[in-house]
Amino acid sequence: MYLKNALRAATALTFVATAAAHAQTITIATVNNGDMIRMQGYTDNFTEATGIDVEWVTLEENVLRQRVTTDITTKGGQFDIMTIGMYETPIWGANDWLVPLDGLSAEYDVDDILPAMRNGLSNDGTLYAAPFYGESSMVMYRTDLMEKAGLEMPEAPTWQFIREAAAAMTDRDNEINGICLRGKAGWGEGGAFITVTANSFGARWFDEDWKPQFDQPEWKDALTFFVDMMNESGPAGYATNGFNENLSLFQQGKCGMWIDATVAASFVTNPDDSTVADKVGFALAPNAEGVDKRSNWLWAWALAIPEGTEQADAAKQFIEWATSKDYIELVAENEGWANVPPGARTSLYENPDYQAVPFAKKTLESILSADPNNPTVKPVPYVGIQFAAIPEFAGIATQVSQEFSAVYAGQQSVDEALAKAQAFTAEEMEAAGY
Amino acid sequence: MARTVTTRRKTLNTAFAWAVGLLIFFPILWTILTSFKTEAQAIASPPIFLNFDWTLENYAIVQERSDYMRFLWNSVIIAGGSTILGVIVAVPAAWAMAFVPSKRTKDILLWMLSTKMLPAVGVLYPIYLLFIQLGLLDSRGGLVVVLMLINLPIIVWMLYTYFREIPGEILEAARMDGATLKEEILYVLTPMAIPGIASTVLLNFILAWNEAFWTLNLTAVDAAPLTAFIASYSSPEGLFFAKLSAASTMAIAPILILGWFSQKQLVRGLTFGAVK
Amino acid sequence: MATQHSRSVARFMMAPAVILLLGWMLVPLTMTLYFSFKKYLPLRGGDLGWVGFDNYVRFVSSSTFWPAVQATLVIVGGVLAITVVLGILLAMLLDQPMWGQGVVRILVIAPFFVMPTVSALVWKNMFMDPVNGLLAHLWRFFGAEPISWLSEASMTSIVMIVSWQWLPFATLILLTAIQSLDSEQLEAAEMDGAPPLKRFYHIILPHLGRAITIVILIQTIFLLSIFAEIFVTTGGAFGTRTLTYLIFQRVLESQNVGLGSAGGVYAIILANIVAIFLMRIVGKNLDA
Repeated sequence: MYLKNALRAATALTFVATAAAHAQTITIATVNNGDMIRMQGYTDNFTEATGIDVEWVTLEENVLRQRVTTDITTKGGQFDIMTIGMYETPIWGANDWLVPLDGLSAEYDVDDILPAMRNGLSNDGTLYAAPFYGESSMVMYRTDLMEKAGLEMPEAPTWQFIREAAAAMTDRDNEINGICLRGKAGWGEGGAFITVTANSFGARWFDEDWKPQFDQPEWKDALTFFVDMMNESGPAGYATNGFNENLSLFQQGKCGMWIDATVAASFVTNPDDSTVADKVGFALAPNAEGVDKRSNWLWAWALAIPEGTEQADAAKQFIEWATSKDYIELVAENEGWANVPPGARTSLYENPDYQAVPFAKKTLESILSADPNNPTVKPVPYVGIQFAAIPEFAGIATQVSQEFSAVYAGQQSVDEALAKAQAFTAEEMEAAGY
Repeated sequence: MARTVTTRRKTLNTAFAWAVGLLIFFPILWTILTSFKTEAQAIASPPIFLNFDWTLENYAIVQERSDYMRFLWNSVIIAGGSTILGVIVAVPAAWAMAFVPSKRTKDILLWMLSTKMLPAVGVLYPIYLLFIQLGLLDSRGGLVVVLMLINLPIIVWMLYTYFREIPGEILEAARMDGATLKEEILYVLTPMAIPGIASTVLLNFILAWNEAFWTLNLTAVDAAPLTAFIASYSSPEGLFFAKLSAASTMAIAPILILGWFSQKQLVRGLTFGAVK
Repeated sequence: MATQHSRSVARFMMAPAVILLLGWMLVPLTMTLYFSFKKYLPLRGGDLGWVGFDNYVRFVSSSTFWPAVQATLVIVGGVLAITVVLGILLAMLLDQPMWGQGVVRILVIAPFFVMPTVSALVWKNMFMDPVNGLLAHLWRFFGAEPISWLSEASMTSIVMIVSWQWLPFATLILLTAIQSLDSEQLEAAEMDGAPPLKRFYHIILPHLGRAITIVILIQTIFLLSIFAEIFVTTGGAFGTRTLTYLIFQRVLESQNVGLGSAGGVYAIILANIVAIFLMRIVGKNLDA
């Protein structure tokens, strides 16, 4: 420790002429997603420009959540910037745990951030986190397999079409599964997917009195449909597949269709990683026939500053840098437009260079059509599409999705799972005082 | 050990034992092999065993993403520090229990072991708050103390069982010759107990090295050891078997090598008093 | 033999260890007890007042409680059974004369050095993955449908992974014990024409009694609190939610510290029940 401080002091002395602020270091907790890891590679640019050093704590999503939640609730002060999502931001903001992101510079142009993202990351009109990238969800499909099956993907398919197409594309002998979807337990994994699916069947988590709705027919329809379709055309063991597992399967050419986050479009069309890069088409997320709500979610990984940090200014400087238009251009210059962090800024989608990227249009359309205030056709008391922005949701939804995963694995029936989900959710909501 | 065996039986024993040994070792071997493959070869079907283009690319990628040496150094300091501190606290206690036993000695020993049963997750919140109060978050010192406390019962017990095997008469004799307590411990007891102490140190170093709950939850940057290093590789996007293997190999290699080199000491002492 | 003086010296020498452990036990325990009687929801403003035994009642009456206790006992019992049985067999095998005994021993103890997180990651991804896992390849090679281990055989899989990690420990302790066995006694029995099975039951097994107790005791302590293996592989799904994992979900996922703390107190009680049960056996064996 002494040695380190001494070293730091020495470094500061050496560079005192160039950058007096070199002694300043901010610590950032982040998730190990591709875009974040890429950003770490460009950190030197930031340090050069500002003299602020950056320390990264990169963790897998579940560990990250556990780590930052413990730290913020106990005011541990371990991090100057935390990478959080659209679920945490409004809740933490309401608790005054985050530094409001106001007074941002003019060239940062906060109004350029997509309104859907800005709303989702605000509480009572105050922005608490800046989106690094934003996403909705959409259908990614193999154009060659679709053609082979003699079908044509509409711009906006229905679940019924998806199911038919999946069955037609499935070729077990060649290890091709018609459709790959998330079944993995966890509110942000399979829980998110089955929730948006249920939305598009007209189901909801809670009614206006916060009563859980798993005993309603819409949930049964949605879950039954999902299980039947996956048993017909899904990969073996889909009950443990999450985003990464499906991405890997799709890149290996083992999926006919994949409905998931729009950011995945850039990975599946990247010829370095994907064996099917030039055979991918995109369509809007499906809905059930007769239900006027598509199954696309809305999410952003965003950077926020915990209240209590002594380096709020430096942290703000970093956030302005990392979520700026300039950063997007920096990545575009070095890695190509297809690899820039998507879904955060309006100007990106107005840029003709980016419009040429095959998935840009569908991504924007998906994001724009997602409405967190009206996630499904019936009214709900909560905000959020694939989640309900209340503190209890993560815990409840993880356990509920574990029951659903047990259905996917063939360990219990749809009815059993829904009954357990209903009982458990009612129990938890009562405990929370609703 | 004058059992005579036929060559045939010995050959059979050898073949069978090697087969079992390789089977048990296989997951580690496979991980190491995979770490030298490209991502595509790592998931090739049918799997490729040896016949692939050996590459160090994965190690380069992992090193570029996270500074391995810093994590390694923290692991060494934390595991080493907690073990040394633990032995310093435990030797006198174990000595007292072994040579001046009272009716309550066994109860104390068993009580010590029972402190290990407190589930860590249940007390994360209190301990985290305590660490904030004491300013110990993300400090190696704090982790050294926590891991020392976690492993102390095991250290005491192991040392106690070794000390008990040392015949009391030798100590009596030394005392007759006018040795002080300090001399007795330093010159008589310690040399005899060295194999026991060595294996205690080794076992606890391994346990501390592999502890993954507190080391992950109480650190951020300055004190983060290899358990935190591996936490950023568990589910990267896309194909990742090779990179995961490289990171895994880097995380376990130091302790594996240490374990192999010192396995004689480890094995010799690892009895917990199981042998009378 | 022990004088009054040496007794007080002994007490003095034990003091640091005892005081430290007492602190390590009492401080968290007191804080856990304190929280367990509170409605404490960090995301809803923190301390919301005393609630008596509400948390305790809620924790046991939840539909997840008994399955969690059961899962805990199944994992501990399963791993103990596998490691002890295979450990004895392996120890007897390694005790036989052979070439390269040292190397074989190195191979066998290696898994013990692997961090739980790494071993869970490796097993989950590279072996048990139903598409790209090695076991899936093996199954396909024999024309069978690959198993999705972690969902269809979740409990078996976790017991397998944990057993792999702990088998070396059991083997080593049992091996040391076997090596101390008087070989003349065995040879005498062999001369008398006692069949191998009989020799095993009447000579080897009784001799190993003490070592087996130790293995069970030490492993139980560690197994009751396994966490990383479940966190990485199933995340508590498919009936693998142990008591420890349930507490984790309450405290961290649901952010209900009061409820989780009550769970912590139950876990301590369960651990102590198991401990007392064990101590009675061990205590007898240790005195012998």
